[in-house]
Amino acid sequence: MARERLVIIGAGMAAGRLLDHLTEDGTGAFDITLFNAEPRGSYNRIMLSPVLAGDKSFADIMTHDAAWYEENGIETRFGERVLGIDRKAKIVTGERGDVAYDRMVLATGSDPFMIPLPGHDLDGVIAYRDLEDTEQMMALGAGKRAVVIGGGLLGLEAAAGMAARGVDVSVVHLMGHLMERQLDPDAGALLQASLEDKGIAIYCDAQSEEILGDHGRVAGLRLADGQVLPCDLLVMAVGIRPATGLAKSSGLDVGRGILVGDTMATSDPSIFALGECVEHGGMLFGLVAPVFDQAKVLACTLSEKPARFVAKELSTKLKVTGCDLFSAGDFQPGQGREEIVFRDPARAVYKRLVLEDDRLVGAVMYGDTADGNWFFELIQNRADISSFRDTLIFGEAHGAGGAPPDPRLAAAAWRRKRGCGGEPDVRKIECPSAGFLRVASTKQAGIAAPFWKAA
Amino acid sequence: MDGTGLSTTRSTCPYCGVGCGVLLTPDGAGGLLVKGDPDHPANFGRLCSKGSALGDTVGPSHRLLGPTIHGEPVSWDVALQTVADRFSETIARHGPDAAAFYVSGQLLTEDYYVANKLIKGFIGTANIDTNSRLCMASTVAGHKRAFGTDTVPGTYEDLDTADLVVLVGSNLAWCHPILQQRVLAARRTRGTKLIVIDPRRTASCDGADLHLALRPGGDVALFNRLLAEIEAKGALDQSFLDYTEGAEAALKVARKETGDATGLHPDEIQRFAGLWIGTERVVTVFSQGVNQSTSGADKVNSIINCHLATGRIGRPGMGPFSVTGQPNAMGGREVGGLANMLACHLDLENAAHRAAVQSYWDAPQMPEAAGLKAVDMFRAVGDGRIKALWIIHTNPAVSMPDADAVRDAIAGCDFVVVSDITGATDTARLAHVLLPAAAWAEKDGTVTNSDRTMSRQRRVLEPHAGARPDWDILAEVGRRMGWTEAFDYRGPAEIFREHAALSGIAREFGKDFDISGLADLSDRDYEAFSPVRWPVPKGEGATTKSRFFADGQFFHPGGKARFVPVAWRPPAAKTGRRYPFRLNTGRLRDQWHTMTRTALSAKLSAHLPEPFLDIHPKDADELGLAAADLVEVKSPEGAAILRARITPEVMRGQVFAPMHWTGETAPSARIDALVAGAVDPVSGQPESKAAVVSVKKFEAAWYGFAVSTHAPELDCAYWARVRTEAGYRVELAGRAWVEDWERAGRKIFSLGQAQMTSFMDLSRGQVRLAFHGEGGNLLAALFVSREPVAVMRDYVATRPGRSGDDILLGRTPADVPDPGPVLCSCFGVGINTIARAVEEQGLVSVDEVGAALRAGTNCGSCRPEIGSLLAGIQRPQAAE
Repeated sequence: MARERLVIIGAGMAAGRLLDHLTEDGTGAFDITLFNAEPRGSYNRIMLSPVLAGDKSFADIMTHDAAWYEENGIETRFGERVLGIDRKAKIVTGERGDVAYDRMVLATGSDPFMIPLPGHDLDGVIAYRDLEDTEQMMALGAGKRAVVIGGGLLGLEAAAGMAARGVDVSVVHLMGHLMERQLDPDAGALLQASLEDKGIAIYCDAQSEEILGDHGRVAGLRLADGQVLPCDLLVMAVGIRPATGLAKSSGLDVGRGILVGDTMATSDPSIFALGECVEHGGMLFGLVAPVFDQAKVLACTLSEKPARFVAKELSTKLKVTGCDLFSAGDFQPGQGREEIVFRDPARAVYKRLVLEDDRLVGAVMYGDTADGNWFFELIQNRADISSFRDTLIFGEAHGAGGAPPDPRLAAAAWRRKRGCGGEPDVRKIECPSAGFLRVASTKQAGIAAPFWKAA
Repeated sequence: MDGTGLSTTRSTCPYCGVGCGVLLTPDGAGGLLVKGDPDHPANFGRLCSKGSALGDTVGPSHRLLGPTIHGEPVSWDVALQTVADRFSETIARHGPDAAAFYVSGQLLTEDYYVANKLIKGFIGTANIDTNSRLCMASTVAGHKRAFGTDTVPGTYEDLDTADLVVLVGSNLAWCHPILQQRVLAARRTRGTKLIVIDPRRTASCDGADLHLALRPGGDVALFNRLLAEIEAKGALDQSFLDYTEGAEAALKVARKETGDATGLHPDEIQRFAGLWIGTERVVTVFSQGVNQSTSGADKVNSIINCHLATGRIGRPGMGPFSVTGQPNAMGGREVGGLANMLACHLDLENAAHRAAVQSYWDAPQMPEAAGLKAVDMFRAVGDGRIKALWIIHTNPAVSMPDADAVRDAIAGCDFVVVSDITGATDTARLAHVLLPAAAWAEKDGTVTNSDRTMSRQRRVLEPHAGARPDWDILAEVGRRMGWTEAFDYRGPAEIFREHAALSGIAREFGKDFDISGLADLSDRDYEAFSPVRWPVPKGEGATTKSRFFADGQFFHPGGKARFVPVAWRPPAAKTGRRYPFRLNTGRLRDQWHTMTRTALSAKLSAHLPEPFLDIHPKDADELGLAAADLVEVKSPEGAAILRARITPEVMRGQVFAPMHWTGETAPSARIDALVAGAVDPVSGQPESKAAVVSVKKFEAAWYGFAVSTHAPELDCAYWARVRTEAGYRVELAGRAWVEDWERAGRKIFSLGQAQMTSFMDLSRGQVRLAFHGEGGNLLAALFVSREPVAVMRDYVATRPGRSGDDILLGRTPADVPDPGPVLCSCFGVGINTIARAVEEQGLVSVDEVGAALRAGTNCGSCRPEIGSLLAGIQRPQAAE
């Protein structure tokens, strides 16, 4: 039987994981052609920041090198853009020629959004998306100046990475606090203070108005308030958009992303999509965990094994240049929402838990994220936390240690019939005064009964 | 010298009336090592928790640094001249009765003597009364009515040799722990039985054979029933009755007694009477439950009547036995510290006695009528009759009944002098002139304990910051008022000799108190003075005796004892719909009086660190009270906020609150503010244990618990502050929610700038704040909740000054057990530690607990509570 021809467009992390699944049984069921606009195979894009910071080399973050593709019989068309798809004929047209497919996977990822400010096309105005961008930032020498527009994760990683190389960095952020989608204002302020300690200038609530140039090269950024931030490089990190151009031009159903069902099939049953380019159940996906879930589901689908993708509650555990951050669930304040907040400014620790109906629905942490996974589980399991609410925010080691002391129990114990079993061990309960506890401690009450009553 | 190079001095404990001997070893750095004196006849080396912790209380932190007038430092010269001038002016303008002294049973006999001499003999008024009025006056009156003098017939040895000890209105285990231990020792060695008569089931009941939960004020009814039973059982000692008079009148009243007022089942009364009548060697110990009553003197006489009727008095192992609450209440009685007494048990209103004393003192004038007793005295202060008041070593703004009114009266008085060791008392804060007196370990003199044993108190520390002994202060004021010769004392030995010689004169009037044998004591002998029980008569071959009255010789004219016919009367205040509860007040094991010293000890403060109201579970249910709630307690006189302790140790309809807390430690818990100034018509002693009150839940908007390295400044509806080894711990509560807790916390702890860690669960009303100093050490933490705060207090309280990581969790780290509230103060052993050891090691006795944990092995004051805990753990196991 002829092997099924599978064309995969895009060699980002999603495609890399998909290939891992498809090749892991070694049966070679597919005849795979892999297109990638970048002139290389899959690497761990998340790790570009350590590369920028100089902590890792690019080789360290490659996940699939040329040898791997060759070993697995995958034809690679790297550095080649796909120009179109003929779905009727089931042919993909690349810059260097057509490829026929039986089934196809779109893993086109996302494009960085570039604000169309005046001057956005000057030299030295870049995004932070791929190795090329990273290399431009790395090429800036110490003492040079850079402006980063965007105080989200990516922008801050870029800023911190350049700052670590001695670049004089300013971050311009439209919103009131950094990483507003992951952090609340308090955590954002802690993060800002930490970045400022590293010498990064932060401008929040700052509207960019014009990129200034000099002989076709970026020279600065003018803000709406008139302030000019001179720079040698300007990095825009204001968000990403699913790369849906090819899908659109191919006539596939596209919303904000390429619309897929639970099997990762698009509106064309021969064409699948996964990763940052897709929209599933109204959601887009920017984090690696759900994307990897999608890769697994799609690998099953392609292998005719039943599998369905279910979007899970998301948690974000991040490290921005030494600052531990965690957020999970929905932590926006609202009707019926209650919150527990822990602040330790001296240690730069901040934790906020959002509750609804005695259940944890969201968590934000800064500085100490050790219990992130536990909180995430509690969110996912919709666990009733009322019995350990007082110790919840202090983490699993304490929160799981049972109910906090409740002085009321002692009274309850008193009221129970004496001598009957199953009473709580009130001796361990702490109460407002020692004498009160002394009373509580004699749970069967016999010793405290006055003689006149016993007689 | 004991080889350490430090010298050890014998002295006497300054707390209760047991009068234990102590060995004091100054450490050379201002500190003091305190041990029991193995040779002292009161305690033979033992000390209770309070005595053991005396070393904790001698530090300089609370002391006055010099005299002040209106808070401004002045020289001694200015201060004393001001006092002398103002008293002189007051007398000149308004007469001597416009002056008054209010002194205390903490004065040494020599101090007390000089105070009496000054006011009665020279200022010329009998307006001197003492806090002994609140303590012993009913016993004094009862003794005098029965014996003709204020004579304690027996000795502590009687407790060792009795076959039955009856405690009436005495929580001996907590208030006189060393005597309780003597009783329990007798119980072990000779099987002495123990009966406790008390409305509450106190720690003294542990190990008792019978507890009679007497209705408050029912004592006379019970002892009249006993007297009637004595007669009915043919147990009257007819031959001893020959030494008495009035037996028939007393019996006539007693026979009519139904016993209903006791609230006891007739079988209980029968059992009590049977034991009492059937035991020749019976000691009836009584204390404040008897004295602090509008029928206190009658209660005393109802007890004495029974001992007279059976002739069980003055012989080994038997007799009525008053135990006093103060170290020198007895000394005060001896020098005539009460408004109706003269020195050496002479009577002010007896012209011959008066003349003898006046002549001996060479006094210009002597008042002919008794002065104002405490309650009346402060009423006179309040209405302006008394215009110059000198308060010495007592805290009437807290301890007097109707305390708020007394506080206001003092505040409104023209001229108030306070002598004390500290300015941090509710009373001292009202002083115009504040005089720093030498403290306990800084002065020389004598005290007399409850069994007439006189012991020396000795100076082992330098008076702090120029503080002066009271005799010295009083004598100098006397000299500055113009009585140079009468107050030209060189030291306490001279005063002692003067007093001893006067007792020889009293002896001529047939009085009991005769220490004339000590009138020629040299200074050196006074210094070396060993404990001796009076009388010590003068003269070659003069016989001294350790007990009175076995010989049938009493001090009334004619030499007979007198039965006093007494009928039961209810307490003055009546419970009713508005005030349905009877409020009992009393002492705690590890605190003493208004806590000015015991509160300095972290060890002592760990036991019951908060004022509380004991209330029966059924009453609590009806009031909708849950454990750990706060309650508002109101009487016609005043109000208090206290923590509810729901316990069947009190009877239904009764509540109990400790009397120690003050404006300094828990301003809402000044319990005597609720007590009416109703007094015994005979003794003038106020009824401190039978106020009527209403109780309802205190609707706290928030509850708090705080710890800190330094004293917090509190301003909320309820707070109670105690010392800990690490600093302070505080319970607090407020009527209105606080919006900005950070600001409130910084204000409470005076920590404007410190790093703060916070935990907030505002929808549940949970706020926790921790303040850290340089290096991260915890300075303070505040836990706030809309419900009573649930944290492991005894762990949290150890953290100030140490690493404060995770403090806001409010509980021990997972691998550290919570010791729980301290039971054993000496070794700081917590209730959970004991409970765990009992369960895990299978300990079955208090001694085994001691062997395993040391708990209860030093002073032994906590042994009854350990016993209770053991019983509580073991009983259900036995039942299974």
